Amino acid sequence: MKFGVIQFPGSCDELDALNAARRVGDAELLWHGERDLKGADAIVVPGGFSYGDYLRAGAIARFAPMMETVIDFAGDGGLVLGICNGFQVLCEARLLPGALLVNANRRFTFRQLELEVLNSGGVFTQGCALGERLSIPAKHSWGRYHADGETLAAMDRAGQIVLRYADGENFNGSVHDIAGVSNERGNVLGLMPHPEHAVDELIGGSSDGLKIFESMRMTVEGVHA
Amino acid sequence: MRARVLIRPKAGILDPQGEAVERALPALGFDGVTNVQVGRMVELDIEDPWQLESMCERLLANPLVEDYEIVSVEAASKK
Repeated sequence: MKFGVIQFPGSCDELDALNAARRVGDAELLWHGERDLKGADAIVVPGGFSYGDYLRAGAIARFAPMMETVIDFAGDGGLVLGICNGFQVLCEARLLPGALLVNANRRFTFRQLELEVLNSGGVFTQGCALGERLSIPAKHSWGRYHADGETLAAMDRAGQIVLRYADGENFNGSVHDIAGVSNERGNVLGLMPHPEHAVDELIGGSSDGLKIFESMRMTVEGVHA
Repeated sequence: MRARVLIRPKAGILDPQGEAVERALPALGFDGVTNVQVGRMVELDIEDPWQLESMCERLLANPLVEDYEIVSVEAASKK
């Protein structure tokens, strides 16, 4: 299978995402100003500061030509993973519910933390066990997930709250400790922590992030856990 | 036309910047300050003021978490 990793001006984690994707399949960078997915089976919207994050994180990147293609691709059921700034872009594009706000502690925070898998039936987590803990780093200033009560209740019923911060790990003040959410159909996932930075135990002490990429490969290739 | 748009966090949504300012003011001797909100202001020259609403909905604000207010639209000042 082939991953396409979008590169915006201001992206900074696209090469780690490319490296992570190449551990489970082929991968290629996709320039924000183009519209061709180059045959990618799944898209990664990486971390960074797309278009300088001016106005609001992800607000301007959401209108990039490549994002218009990605919105159509997601509408057709294509797999789209948004990491950190990518999550913000997908929320701004309304591919995912809710929004990301400035951390409750007002600080840029970088730490290795534990996530808990709340839905292991989805296409991004089928390689994980229900309740499994993943050790993955997070690094951001604008990661406080917010959605209104009605939206949260609907998301909960539909299994869209895929990842939560384990007890004591929710440094940004996200509602219901939410770390990662999917759309209703389940083919789009966004999360603030960085699975692409946790793919080799030699660097960072955990390869748990690979499970997300591996789950995507299994989904695309029709393999089931 | 010169337009001025005010964007602020929706009521009930935690505003850490507002809280920080609210805590800083008493340290300078300003007492009796509550409910501080920090937002942003966008000023722009536009030809068609009727497009402002749509600009706010689509880009200038995120209506899920922010309220916007078109504060004024007046003849652009000569530079």
